Amino acid sequence: MSIIPNWLHRLSSPKNFYRFAGTASNWCGWIALVLMIAGLYYGLVDSPPDYQQGDSARIMYVHVPAAWMSMFVYMVMASSAAVGMIWRIKASSAFANASAPVGAMFTALALVTGMLWGKPMWGTYWVWDARLTSELILLFLYLGYMALNSAIEDRETAARATAILALVGVVNIPIIHYSVEWWNTLHQGATVTKLDKPSIHISMLIPLLLMAFAFKFYYLSNVFRRARCELLEREQGKLWVRELVGEKNGE
Amino acid sequence: MSEFFYMGGYAFYVWTSYALTAFFLLFSWLQPRLRERRLLRDIARRVRRGDR
Repeated sequence: MSIIPNWLHRLSSPKNFYRFAGTASNWCGWIALVLMIAGLYYGLVDSPPDYQQGDSARIMYVHVPAAWMSMFVYMVMASSAAVGMIWRIKASSAFANASAPVGAMFTALALVTGMLWGKPMWGTYWVWDARLTSELILLFLYLGYMALNSAIEDRETAARATAILALVGVVNIPIIHYSVEWWNTLHQGATVTKLDKPSIHISMLIPLLLMAFAFKFYYLSNVFRRARCELLEREQGKLWVRELVGEKNGE
Repeated sequence: MSEFFYMGGYAFYVWTSYALTAFFLLFSWLQPRLRERRLLRDIARRVRRGDR
């Protein structure tokens, strides 16, 4: 009796994973859409303007979830790249590769929305303070991962090299999170992710969490789509892919 | 309604943020779909030509 459950074993076959990823992507996509519509309603219409920052605080509902996702996706990417390298599981490396562009997208989004929030509140789009700089480094880590991955022809060597890069970069994640405590920064401190009670009012917490979950499901939906592409590209000579193409052409 | 779009004077910053978010999310949504379609078309062409 194997310790791997039967359904997981079946899923690890590329053909089954391809189908599963398609269904999972659609479901997560619809959930993300519903959550996002609710989040946008509460964020833009129902929640009050901030007592200090006015309506500019509404940028928070896209900025903070994007920033959370930039770190969350990085941890997922680094761990699945590590699993792929250690146990030589191709699907795991493929999942890491599929995560990189989504993570880079969220990081870029966190940076630009942060700049657009910084201009009216701080009077400048950019300062080289610890939070902003470490988040910029995160973007470079993602881009470095993608560049390294596409530069190496042999898939196994690429998986090993990118996994090491991703793992070394993990050191940046606690730096980003604690940067607002360790250094004097212009960036405000955490109001939700801290040990005692969140200091954010419930009327702002609801849209924030709705958007955060919307982004999470969006990521899942998107990463499954991208994993399908990775799989097709690697397995294009295999029988199941040829059969799949045949089915699509009605043969 | 116009007050909603005015955003207390922060209209430019708020709406640019949301527009960019929408653009980024749509772009990332579209990218793998186009890539998958292209991949399947290329594979189909190769299968029809009969080479491996």
